[in-house]
Amino acid sequence: MADHQSKGAQSAPPRRLSWNDPDVRSVVYQVVAVSIVVMVAWFLISNTLHNLSIRNISTGFDFLGRESGFAIGESPIAFGPENTYARAILVGLLNTIRVAVIGIILATIIGTVVGIARLSKNWLIAKLSMIYVEVIRNVPLLLQLFFWYALITETLPGPRSAITIMPGVFMSNRGIKVPAPTDHGAFDLAAIGFLLAFVLIGIMVNLAKKRQDATGKAFPVYRAGLALLVGMPVLGWLIGGAPLELDVPKLQGFNFVGGATLTPEFAALLFGLVLYTAGFIAEVVRSGIQAVNYGQWEAASALGLTRSQTLRLIVLPQSLRVIIPPMTSQYLNLTKNSSLAVAIGYPDIVSIANTTLNQTGQAIEGIMIIMAVYLAISLSISFFMNWYNKHIALVER
Amino acid sequence: MTTATESLPPPTSTTGPIAWVRERLFSSPLNAILTILSVWLILMSLPPFIEWALIKANFTAATSQECRAGGGACWAFIGVKYRLMLFGLYPYDEQWRPLIATVILIAMIVVSTIPRFWTVILLPIWVGGLIAVSVLMWGGVLGLRYVEDTLWGGLPLTLILSTFGIAIAFPFGVALALGRRSKMPAIKTLCVLYIELIRGVPLISMLFMSSVMLPLFLPEGFSIDKLLRAQIAIILFAAAYLAEVVRGGLQAIPKGQYEGADSLGLSYGHKMGFIILPQALKIVIPPLVSLFIAVFKDTSLVVIIGIYDLMQSTKVALTDPAWRGFSIEAYIFVSMIYFVFCYSMSKYSQNLEKRLATGHKR
Repeated sequence: MADHQSKGAQSAPPRRLSWNDPDVRSVVYQVVAVSIVVMVAWFLISNTLHNLSIRNISTGFDFLGRESGFAIGESPIAFGPENTYARAILVGLLNTIRVAVIGIILATIIGTVVGIARLSKNWLIAKLSMIYVEVIRNVPLLLQLFFWYALITETLPGPRSAITIMPGVFMSNRGIKVPAPTDHGAFDLAAIGFLLAFVLIGIMVNLAKKRQDATGKAFPVYRAGLALLVGMPVLGWLIGGAPLELDVPKLQGFNFVGGATLTPEFAALLFGLVLYTAGFIAEVVRSGIQAVNYGQWEAASALGLTRSQTLRLIVLPQSLRVIIPPMTSQYLNLTKNSSLAVAIGYPDIVSIANTTLNQTGQAIEGIMIIMAVYLAISLSISFFMNWYNKHIALVER
Repeated sequence: MTTATESLPPPTSTTGPIAWVRERLFSSPLNAILTILSVWLILMSLPPFIEWALIKANFTAATSQECRAGGGACWAFIGVKYRLMLFGLYPYDEQWRPLIATVILIAMIVVSTIPRFWTVILLPIWVGGLIAVSVLMWGGVLGLRYVEDTLWGGLPLTLILSTFGIAIAFPFGVALALGRRSKMPAIKTLCVLYIELIRGVPLISMLFMSSVMLPLFLPEGFSIDKLLRAQIAIILFAAAYLAEVVRGGLQAIPKGQYEGADSLGLSYGHKMGFIILPQALKIVIPPLVSLFIAVFKDTSLVVIIGIYDLMQSTKVALTDPAWRGFSIEAYIFVSMIYFVFCYSMSKYSQNLEKRLATGHKR
């Protein structure tokens, strides 16, 4: 055998460089493509350097250490004009992450509910969800953001005649004011309890699964999980001495003092993003559910499961496999769309980087920061979702 | 031996309005609660809205005070401002030109939706249409007055940005998709890098880049105007998404088709041009329509770099001191325009999907 092969190799004609050889062509094509890209890049970079030197703009990230000199409307960390540009950009990043995380959670919940509702046997519910999805998906997000922002700032009354939704909760054109817990150790304990609840739920789910595999007995995971989620923070709050005083917003002069504020910008952005993305997630969920073979529904009802049990135990786990990839791209879209904040004045990373590049003239660095931030966020979301996707993927032979 | 048994009573009605209500609205306690809740929601929100939008609304007022007096919507604002909103700052006497351009663009889109035209004939239609639109909008020839593109605006601009965007991005997108599926590592890497880089960043950052960085990229003394820069950003952006859509189609073509083409001895160009792409592109028409809808909606972002598309000219109309505070009406009007375009396209794409689907469907 080996002899035969070597003979074949010997009798093959010696390779010559020829245009008819696909390998040669492939190398030539690649060399040409790469050199064109390199040349274009070199052309652009050299132009840029030349233009920058004409305009006396220095390159580099030194400006980040300088004093920013502007104020930011809302910030999760302390920030003033005396702080550096680097800190301003950090504030923008935190604001972006804040709206993206809250938005993803809310949009997932609303989108899933609407998606299931669209398939409901209840005619009214199905039609209402359909109208919602069609209207939301066919109007640009930016327009929706402008709409919500105008609705909040133009049609709501001023702080002095604010609408009182509940005692202590006021709605005005300066945003929504809610009572906030005063600084107290007990609330930190409650927060720790909340985080601890997730760890306990994880352990519980594992144990319950092991027990069910071993004995066949199911454990009420959902009810126990809910109890943990509510119980642990309450426990932390009780251990801390159960403080009851809240910082209730009060009208003083022309505006409210105290309490926590949902600013019009944040509210409009969050509202717009959540409602818009929920419309898309609803479609993802609906098509995922419909992708599950109808025989699964019939088999489940033959076993005597109710419709909600079928959905929860049979259909949703299977449709998750179809849902996760498009859901990932919706999460990415929501995060990227949060950059529209710049249009209604919410200080997200794009808005702050834009202010920075206008003030310092460091256009390239500013845009590089924006792109790097979004690339990092996008990559980490898709990394996490790919991991989750692998986790729930069907284990095949 | 047969004994006649007493016949059973007929089943309770399964057809007719009462059965329909029982089956579709009150089939279980939960459903009943949901039905009552939604009816309550509709009763709470719909009558006040109708009262605001129709009954108390003012359609004819000449001034904003008169318009506001009714306490309802002020649609007279739209009547006063619709030319500004639809055509932007385009010279008033010449606005028939963007009107015809809009009609041509819409006709081009409609023609492209008819399967009978899905042949090479689309190419001359699009090239001719885009040239006609450019001539109409710019003028300067055939006795038309030259109009600078900084004055373009409104609906025609939105349509131009999206149709030109998709049309020019199309060949780039196909090339990128082929590149990504290529066996040549260097070309594949370049295409993957481009696609993932663009898809990883928001369109806004691309628009910012086009407005502040593009001038720096060009040789000294050479400049592109703002509109063209935004158009370039939209093309670069759409190409990356288009590439992924086309790649989906390429992957859906059975391997046998590639192998069959190879075994016939076709060159790469012939294989792709005659065998693979015609099939792949046909499959991806529905997602291409969705992409077009997305691009059409996304062109509204050019507001942020100050180009007078439909959104921005609406915002300009809203700044008139004589007519302040009618944003809600204006936004509803613009939403309806966007909705009509996007909804009809998405309905079309759904129908198409049904028609093209030859697989196993329930």
